[in-house]
Amino acid sequence: MSDYEAVIGIETHVELMTRSKMFCGCPVAFGEAPNTTTCPVCLGLPGAMPVPNAEAIEGILKIGTALDCHVADTSYFHRKNYFYPDLPKNYQISQYDVPICHDGSISIDVDGAATRIGITRVHMEEDTGKSIHMGGGGRIHDAEYSLLDFNRSGVPLVEIVTEPDIRSAEQARVYGAELQRIVRTLGVSDARLEEGSMRFDANISVRPTGSEVLGTRAEIKNVNSLRSLQRAVAFEIARQIELIESGGTVVQETRHWNEESGTTTSMRSKEESEDYRYFQEPDLVPIEVSAEWRDAVVAALPELPAAQRARYQALGVDARVAGVLVATDELGALFEEAMAAGGDPRLIGNWLSGEAVAWSRAEGVEVGASPVTASHLVELAAMVADATLSASAAKQVLTGVLGGEGSPAEVAEARDLVQISDQGVIAAAVDEVLAAHPDAVDGIRGGDMKPIGFLVGQVMRATGGKADPKQVQQLIRDKTTG
Amino acid sequence: MPVEIDIAKVASLARIALSPEELRRYGDQLGAILEHAERVQQLPTAGIPPTSHPVPMTNAFRDDVVTGSLPLADVLAGAPEAEDGYFRVPPVLGDS
Repeated sequence: MSDYEAVIGIETHVELMTRSKMFCGCPVAFGEAPNTTTCPVCLGLPGAMPVPNAEAIEGILKIGTALDCHVADTSYFHRKNYFYPDLPKNYQISQYDVPICHDGSISIDVDGAATRIGITRVHMEEDTGKSIHMGGGGRIHDAEYSLLDFNRSGVPLVEIVTEPDIRSAEQARVYGAELQRIVRTLGVSDARLEEGSMRFDANISVRPTGSEVLGTRAEIKNVNSLRSLQRAVAFEIARQIELIESGGTVVQETRHWNEESGTTTSMRSKEESEDYRYFQEPDLVPIEVSAEWRDAVVAALPELPAAQRARYQALGVDARVAGVLVATDELGALFEEAMAAGGDPRLIGNWLSGEAVAWSRAEGVEVGASPVTASHLVELAAMVADATLSASAAKQVLTGVLGGEGSPAEVAEARDLVQISDQGVIAAAVDEVLAAHPDAVDGIRGGDMKPIGFLVGQVMRATGGKADPKQVQQLIRDKTTG
Repeated sequence: MPVEIDIAKVASLARIALSPEELRRYGDQLGAILEHAERVQQLPTAGIPPTSHPVPMTNAFRDDVVTGSLPLADVLAGAPEAEDGYFRVPPVLGDS
């Protein structure tokens, strides 16, 4: 496999959550009865005129600047002409040679290695309607007829195209996740893959390692989760390598990802290459973005995920933990609140990304839906700091708090996890252990420090894990060598 | 001389069925139009900005306000076939 290198580019479509559609005043709404949020403009009736939604332009500028793109001073809308029933005008209003944003980049981190993924362009267009293929067991090719719903027709759609800079299925997934997080942070889209408000198409080719020539690419569609993006890319890379190894050739085609079988299958072999006959949309005037407008968009950008991760790392949180906190809204929110209340960043970050996530998976309950609060976390961290709880006991207490057993103090008490603060009790336990293991004591006195760990373990056992191990170790040292 | 164009491909892209006679006739006519465009292209236009829109206007936007939609009966009034509020169309091969 290492004889080949994969070359991957990803096109992402993001529906903007504006109130009204891109070119008309119909609402952007989901789950409405079919064709009830449509009008002459989004139904493509003759004579209807489009008027762009200012908020959508604002939204794409946010995405473009967050992806470090250049914003075109002047850009244009084009008509992309093709025939399909869910496209009632027989053209999609899109952008062609001058997209509103271009030449940006995004930095992703895979296994500690930062990779820059170039962004070729970010352009504005409109979504199509939805087709439902009826009969023939749901298979497109065997359908007896199709039903059309134009509620989605004309919803503002942003297309984000990367350079072919992605080299692995893992990078593809991380890129997708980072882009999703950025779009959500900007608040311009809910970017839900399973509902189609964010959609990925991956262009994949392979070539001999070291080659500069691009192989023939296949485009993979119907990827509707980050996990399937990774699986689909991995499958397609393996398929192409196997095909070439067995003497075959990769065909340029569109392939459909099947979630159940975990494979891609050819959707159609094109008899001729796509010819969209783009031309400038005569019904729409150019978009001009002044330096002032651009600066205002940049100034209003929220803290982006990369900056948020860097800020957490600067607090002492390790990179992986920062990644988990930033990737999950509810964990990030708890962490932020706990920091504002003066909590220990490292401990609380580790608990949230470790114990809390593990508890959430085991119980099937979101951490945000559990009784745990930021002040619980701050209280718990303080109990570790003043040695009321050992580090391992604190984790058990956290699990109890998550499970609704009460505040950290109550759980620690109820589960009998509070460390013994009575010096006399600990000293007595140490004396007992030393008396029971004279050989170990002799060894230490003779300069062999190895048995100390064993003796600490014995004391911890005798005290039910409630002694402070550091203090026990010190006591053992004092009593044997002092 | 008129410019040679693949009129059959142009017709197929536009989903227009043309008879052999029509292909010849429209091929000649479109060829003559393209020939004219070629002549225009030879003019010295350096320094003249492209004029895609005759009106010097930019940023004709509207506020993000919902102004309402058509009643379903009106939406489907022109539909050759409808079913449960959907437009019903013949099956289509290909992707969506």
